Amino acid sequence: MKVISLSLCLAAATTLCGADWRQFRGPNGNGVGDGMGVPTTLDLASGKSWKISLPGEGLSSPIIVGDRVFVTCSSGLNQQRLHVICFNAATGAKLWERRFWATGRTMCHEKTAVAAPTPASDGERVVAIFSSNDIVCLDLDGNLIWFRGLGRDYPNASNSLGMSSSLVIAGGVVVAQVESQSEAFTAGLDLQSGLNRWKLERARGPNWTSPVLLKNGATEQVALQSSKGVVAVEPNTGRTVWHYTNSASSVPSSTPNGGTLLVPSQGLTALEFSTGTESPKPLWRSSQLRPGTPSPTLVGGKIFSLNDGGVLTCGDTVTGERLWQLRLKGPFSASPVVAGTFLYCANEKGLVQVVDTTKPEGEVVSELELGEPIIGTPSIANGAIYFRSDGWLWRFSKT
Amino acid sequence: MKLFFGFLFMSVALGVAMATPAPEIAEPLKIIRAVGPEGQGNEAASAAWRKLAGGNVTNLLPMLEAMDGANDFALNWLRAAVDAIAGRELNAGNPLPLADLGKFLLDTGHSPRARRLAFELVAHADAATADQLLTGMLNDPSLEIRRDAVQKLIDQADQSLARTNKAGAGLLFQQALSYARDVPQIEGIAKKLKELGQPVDFQKHFGFLTQWKVIGPFDNPRGGGFETAFPPEQKIDLSAEYDGKSGKVRWQDYATTHAYGMVDMNKPCGKLKEVAAYATTEFFSDRAQSVELRLGGKNSWKVWLNGKFLFGRDEYHTNVEIDQYLMPAQLQPGRNTILVKVCQNEQVEEWTEEWEFQLRVTDSLGTPIASARQSHNNSPSNL
Repeated sequence: MKVISLSLCLAAATTLCGADWRQFRGPNGNGVGDGMGVPTTLDLASGKSWKISLPGEGLSSPIIVGDRVFVTCSSGLNQQRLHVICFNAATGAKLWERRFWATGRTMCHEKTAVAAPTPASDGERVVAIFSSNDIVCLDLDGNLIWFRGLGRDYPNASNSLGMSSSLVIAGGVVVAQVESQSEAFTAGLDLQSGLNRWKLERARGPNWTSPVLLKNGATEQVALQSSKGVVAVEPNTGRTVWHYTNSASSVPSSTPNGGTLLVPSQGLTALEFSTGTESPKPLWRSSQLRPGTPSPTLVGGKIFSLNDGGVLTCGDTVTGERLWQLRLKGPFSASPVVAGTFLYCANEKGLVQVVDTTKPEGEVVSELELGEPIIGTPSIANGAIYFRSDGWLWRFSKT
Repeated sequence: MKLFFGFLFMSVALGVAMATPAPEIAEPLKIIRAVGPEGQGNEAASAAWRKLAGGNVTNLLPMLEAMDGANDFALNWLRAAVDAIAGRELNAGNPLPLADLGKFLLDTGHSPRARRLAFELVAHADAATADQLLTGMLNDPSLEIRRDAVQKLIDQADQSLARTNKAGAGLLFQQALSYARDVPQIEGIAKKLKELGQPVDFQKHFGFLTQWKVIGPFDNPRGGGFETAFPPEQKIDLSAEYDGKSGKVRWQDYATTHAYGMVDMNKPCGKLKEVAAYATTEFFSDRAQSVELRLGGKNSWKVWLNGKFLFGRDEYHTNVEIDQYLMPAQLQPGRNTILVKVCQNEQVEEWTEEWEFQLRVTDSLGTPIASARQSHNNSPSNL
């Protein structure tokens, strides 16, 4: 009976967490959100939708914890001022803002920004990282818990084009993938103190991908992708669990799908992994599903990949077979996100295209021109979808 | 100029003495100032931060003063606490202590970042006064304050232009140029001056080092030459001859005429791949002084000053900008020797042809410092 009760509690907790969007590409790191009630026609005049200005640049995704939305930005001289801002999700009212000075390098390519990586939360704290490799941990009320300047501690771990790897939190550890040509490592920082629990030297090379959390029963692993392939580590220790060495992209990130990891490698490769140390088993490989800059996402048993030409390709997650293609208006940098059976695809010009994936060849059912370049991936939580640009944050919600 | 110096005098005269913080915040401030690299002191600082940030506006000045001499980690802890108190007070409709913040701001002996923060709080409370204060802050030791003051002058110049007063606008732009230290701001001013028929000599304005001796190519197979200490790293002997990648190599004169001081190794060495080369110059200082060596470039590089390694980057063909890398350094009186190693990798795409760097010596604000006299080891030959 105890087992049943515990299972029920866990199920309830999972449901509650699922309503939040606490990290890059949502609760499961695959772009799939709680689909309940997200409008398929986006209109600022309807429901509790709003648009508010931001004090700086950025392309990090907003994260949502309960009734609060957290956004990062940078501003000022050489974009050295780092902002973490908390808004009321229902009203858009700013609840608090904390600003910091970058201790690491802030040089970036013009298409990206210092506030490129997405923060992460465990539901009690928000941990934000910037391209300068500065990391701040705050509680939900803005109290500073710790600060790390990884760009100062390890000054050669920077990229003159900018860094963009987002954080994941697992087992009381914040995993930060800090990889560049000149120095590369992944750090496991204690969530309570910010101190290094472990620091894993990695193959040097530019890398803009984000770690993803793999769950298999009670076991958690963090998959670290780079041009060399994928390494899964234990979040508590940084100990390597398994390797996949057949190269991978350094731009779009992998997509977890239960016990399978869909890796942008040789096109797109499905790896079946286990909780043990055995190497993952490749299930299929498809060049037709090769993603461009956006990371692939899932709807039901289908995978959706956006290429550099703006073509959306739907494939079968079991076989890798291409099912259909739909040309969208591109180009895209933001990864598509999912609510229910609808894909939300924001192109670089700021045009949002909502795709009904239940149609035989997919169909764009609505469009909205946001009027601002959109490079960052949208977020979905509690019946609302959020977009951000350099200057604005939007929420679209029916209620 | 009289107004400017008068303002400075007043600023110093108005400077507030370092107040002794109240006992209940003295210890938290001490704990926060003790944070260091790799998260040292974070756990204690977290509790101390709550004590500081939970206080009222009377904590603001002691926290700003505690920023004097604080390291960059502590500065961030303190800044967040200032934000917390100021945000809470402003949300509650309470005034900030404008007079105290203003006195702190006007004392240029305080931390530039703390003063900038004070300026922002003053501007929040009284935007008109803050704007007026900027008029006297063109030479401010805070780069951010200085940039705003210069921008005010640029705005005035633009207004003169709009009134077709080109002569007046030109004078104001020239004055703005003399105070500007932010590179994009300098380039913006230069564009306006060029339109007025007053082009800016960027090489001279930024103070790029142009006279060099270069030697190479040495071998850099698969980037391995970056860590190989070729003879110039062991001893600079301008008369020596060494085995290079494809034969004997010796030092050559090289003077760059590039507008932004780029030292292009393709010119003396040829367009090569998987190679390394060195450039050296002498820089004369009339005294011992702290400076910054500021380098820009797309190739892997290392820099030594008087035989001491300063920094290096093993990164190729990403991005380049002026002052891409800042290296604090100490000049000795008289002759100083700068050595730069710059490597080229194996990539063959057209956009990977660059094999170059630019370097200048500045103060911490980016004001160029010129060599007290020309290096004796350079002849005027130009490749």
